[in-house]
Amino acid sequence: MGVDVNIIFQIAGVGIVVAFLHTILDQMGKKEYAQWVTLLGFIYILFMVATIVEDLFQKIKSVFLFQG
Amino acid sequence: MVIEIIQIVGLGLVATFLALIIKEQKPTFAFMLVVFVGCVIFLFLVDQISEIIRMLERIAVNANVNMIYVETILKIIGIAYIAEFGAQITKDAGQGAIASKIELAGKILILAMAIPILTVIIETIINLIP
Repeated sequence: MGVDVNIIFQIAGVGIVVAFLHTILDQMGKKEYAQWVTLLGFIYILFMVATIVEDLFQKIKSVFLFQG
Repeated sequence: MVIEIIQIVGLGLVATFLALIIKEQKPTFAFMLVVFVGCVIFLFLVDQISEIIRMLERIAVNANVNMIYVETILKIIGIAYIAEFGAQITKDAGQGAIASKIELAGKILILAMAIPILTVIIETIINLIP
């Protein structure tokens, strides 16, 4: 496989850690920080996913002669 | 090829289990995971499809087919491929309405791309009529 499969575990790990942090911060009564942690984790994962989506689109463009 | 299908199925199983685990905590993260795995599998399939397309192009060049038609057909296959991907992803996220709109857009764009071929066919038929 050309793509790094470790990224799947990375996404799942970030998801679990963010859920954990969200619960802990919620218990401590810091709701705003919990929201920010979720948002940052989401942006981080979105960045990785957007990178590979862009990769896929470029490859489809080059394979199916979309240049022009 | 046998090893590769095992790889794809294993990837899908691992991603499914991970998505099940995260879905209880954060559904959006599970959705991102699913999008990522979909991209990985499609990227893998693109490599195989490109080999098939190389073969088709070689055959078309050998048979002296006009390359414009082959290119149009390839573009139509690309549109179908990418529309299918987008429709499945949006359907997974629970947006069936957007998925059906994407499919409609794919069909209409394919029809629009086929206009030159259709015109040539109709002109040929009209020329055949005495």
